[in-house]
Amino acid sequence: MKDRSLVRAFSLIAHVDHGKSTLADRILQVCKAVPEREMREQYLDRMDLERERGITIKAQAIRLQYPAKDGKTYELNLIDTPGHVDFSYEVSRSLAACDGVILLVDAAQGIEAQTLANLYLAIEAGLEVIPAVNKIDLPAADPERVSAELSSLIGIDPGSVLRVSGKTGAGVVELLEEVIRRVPSPKGAPEDPTRALIFDSTYDNYRGVVSFVRVLDGELTARQKVKMMATGSLHELEEVGVFAPTMMPVKKLEAGDVGYAIPGVKNVREAKVGDTITDAARPADEPLHGYREPKPMVWAGLYPTDGDQYADLRDALDKLRLNDAAFVYEPETSQALGFGFRCGFLGLLHMDIVRERLEREFDLDLLITVPSVAYEVVRVTGEVISVHNPAEMPDPAAIQEIREPLAAAMIITPKEFLGTLMELCQERRGEMKEMHYLSEDRVEIRYHLPLAEMIVDFFDQLKSRTRGYGSLDYEAIGYRPEDLVKVEILLHGEPVDAFSSIVHKERAYTYGRKMVEKLRELVPRQMFDVAVQASIGSRIIARETIRARRKDVLAKCYGGDITRKRKLLEKQKAGKRRMKQVGSVEIPQEAFMAALRLDDKK
Amino acid sequence: MTNTLLLPTAPALRLARGVYVHIPFCLVHCPYCDFNAHAGMDDVKGPYVEALLKEIRAAADGAPVDTMFFGGGTPTELSPGELGRILRVLRESFEVAPDAEVAIEANPESTTRATFDGLLAAGFTRVSLGVQSLAPHVLKWLGRAHTPERARAALADAEAAGFDHVNADLIFGTPGESLEDWRASLEGVLATGVDHVSTYALQVEERTPLASWVARGLRQAPDDDDQADRYELAAGLLPAAGLERYEISNWAKPGAWSRHNLCYWTGGDYLGFGAGAHGHRHGRRSWNVSSPRTYVARSPAVEEGWEELPAAERAAEAAIVGLRLAGGLDRARFAEVWGMDPVVRWEGELREAAGLGLIRITEQAVALTERGFFLWGHVARSLLS
Repeated sequence: MKDRSLVRAFSLIAHVDHGKSTLADRILQVCKAVPEREMREQYLDRMDLERERGITIKAQAIRLQYPAKDGKTYELNLIDTPGHVDFSYEVSRSLAACDGVILLVDAAQGIEAQTLANLYLAIEAGLEVIPAVNKIDLPAADPERVSAELSSLIGIDPGSVLRVSGKTGAGVVELLEEVIRRVPSPKGAPEDPTRALIFDSTYDNYRGVVSFVRVLDGELTARQKVKMMATGSLHELEEVGVFAPTMMPVKKLEAGDVGYAIPGVKNVREAKVGDTITDAARPADEPLHGYREPKPMVWAGLYPTDGDQYADLRDALDKLRLNDAAFVYEPETSQALGFGFRCGFLGLLHMDIVRERLEREFDLDLLITVPSVAYEVVRVTGEVISVHNPAEMPDPAAIQEIREPLAAAMIITPKEFLGTLMELCQERRGEMKEMHYLSEDRVEIRYHLPLAEMIVDFFDQLKSRTRGYGSLDYEAIGYRPEDLVKVEILLHGEPVDAFSSIVHKERAYTYGRKMVEKLRELVPRQMFDVAVQASIGSRIIARETIRARRKDVLAKCYGGDITRKRKLLEKQKAGKRRMKQVGSVEIPQEAFMAALRLDDKK
Repeated sequence: MTNTLLLPTAPALRLARGVYVHIPFCLVHCPYCDFNAHAGMDDVKGPYVEALLKEIRAAADGAPVDTMFFGGGTPTELSPGELGRILRVLRESFEVAPDAEVAIEANPESTTRATFDGLLAAGFTRVSLGVQSLAPHVLKWLGRAHTPERARAALADAEAAGFDHVNADLIFGTPGESLEDWRASLEGVLATGVDHVSTYALQVEERTPLASWVARGLRQAPDDDDQADRYELAAGLLPAAGLERYEISNWAKPGAWSRHNLCYWTGGDYLGFGAGAHGHRHGRRSWNVSSPRTYVARSPAVEEGWEELPAAERAAEAAIVGLRLAGGLDRARFAEVWGMDPVVRWEGELREAAGLGLIRITEQAVALTERGFFLWGHVARSLLS
């Protein structure tokens, strides 16, 4: 059995873009984990998509050998965490696998909302926190100010805040020495029944699901029969190993080790993040706490632009689901858009990532409806149902109450933008809960906001109103009853389900007006007058008329022209074939897209 | 209500045969024009006429021809003498009917009274003048080389020369043209005594200077509603002056229809000579190389391509083109030529169009309604497979 006093497990936590991945690269270099010629930027971010967006989706855990100044070689387990709000549950699981964290803050940007959110998660998990200011090489770096912010936040001496540069490597060795000194070595009982936490997972086309695990008690060995404590499913481990930094099988993972286990399952849902692996023959009494089903917060319809791609889309979603446990979907039919799927995401970023992966990895062209949230609807019968598609909202007469999900939002901003942000939150039906100054010119405000108000254009607004300096973190905190109504949009008397929306009663008119005007501009004129109406139940609240087309003619058609004119008509006809049909109204795909587009900067 | 029996219908049973001669030269190239027309090619004119004559002689078969049409470009960029020489060779090559219609396009800027006298003497019976507008700012917008005064004078000269028929081509819906400008243009050309008027909605054609100006925001695109208003005005004004609409864009006094153009709309055969000219014979359509220099260089091997559509597509094309005529499709004749009554063949499509008020279906015919003329494209597309 190895000397556990020489083992450390820690994580880097930071706001997005604060240089976590670059610092991880330097740590890998200091520990000579990757031959120089194989080193590339953001080594740990495996997927192309991640590299391009500059964010990390999948947490990774690698084992490093660090020759410390005390002459001993330590085994460092570096657990990389995702840095975005949508993945805070994944962050919390990664932290549960650690004994300490490095809290990284950009020397130019200072503390941001996710810095705080992640810090609170670390404190909640009872972890040792090592604050560090990163990017000190930047011309705009102000490590003094940022250290002061950090010291007042955590209550430490500003002088003890470390300064590093992931780019130049300055301060990295000192940082690792601090990790050795302050992060405790693993606790846990090697003799107890096995308890290993799955803190993340990935999917390999040949091996199936690869679970990232931290063994807390007991051990994991290849061929061991194990049980997933949350799902109760039984498996035999095909392999256990560590990332050094590529996958390297080992005989066993002992208490305190971080590594991977391959349970031989083809679906991430059978080895869920947050679940506890135990021995099937000698199970633990209690699972490690904190398991939670990932809960989709944002829902949207996904439709192939070309109806023939429906089967391809279904296959792609099936594949995607294998390595994204948080992503759910169900078939849906829209009379306007045809066959598609209603998909649930953790948040807006998650939705963007899924859409991009579908388009990029599976070469699909997608139409995505305006996202909505899941409402709780209490029927007059007392039955409570979940409605995540406005089209499925029961008739108003059958509803006793509609409850909407509420989010607690934390925003950090330079103080000059405070007014405009409060205005924004006010417009979005927010309620201020707290405000305090982090430093002389930076403010933290906390709001409760309906989640529905946050999923459309809120983050973009926040960014543009603060010229990019504001940051946001949020979490869902439950449901509350509200005066909500379903606004339907009718074209020539036919409701267009894709445009239905659930909005606050006071906003219904504004929403209806806006949609109706937008559609009047976007829908091309038809052969007859088309009424564009917004309604609540049977009551019309807004109307515009698209006047019948008066010209659709080719002025000249003579002998030399007939072939050309016929080809022109054929081309026009092919264009019409691609149109979506709503009742007798034809709408080009682009108009649909434009109407569904989130930004309504007009 | 117009008596439709007096108006031409399609298809024709006894197929006449026409001859089209393309003269691709222009004094200036108008920015909206997408025809095969070229300015600054004076050096090509001589060799072009020789190549043209060679092509005509090679096609000579002595068979009947009853209409001939010289189009362009601007045919009057050639002298009446040269044009007369081409006509002579045509008469030697085919059996041109004694009462044949022999038409030519001309532009106000390249004609004088002497030009028209020369054309009449050469044997032309009909002249079509590219007037376009009588509003100076509209002519300027269109990039035309003539003034309203010159256009009026040219029409008067043509009338005075004594052709059987004189046509004025007009363009409407040019941005900046008011409804009154349009009315004045219509009344102005009628006042010269023309018996035929063609009215064309200004179209931004692909790959023209105008299209790129519009794309870059340098020129406004014409407005559909404005054009519809102008068209309605013409539809009231021209018949009141005795010129009945017989095709979407064409209006004539009784007997003054363009017989050559009717040959196109009723599915007739025609021979095409010159650069880019198209010919049609029994469903086979062929066309020549379009560049005048290439045409000269390759002479006599000037055919560039041809197509022969399957019968079903030819029938649809015949219906689409025939529907442009005010009399529409003669159901019985259509059935005789194409094997099926159009109302049976396209029942759903035609009933839908009738439901929208675009066409009227009677026992004898299928024809556009007043509203339908300017919405012909909708009906036409629906008949394409």
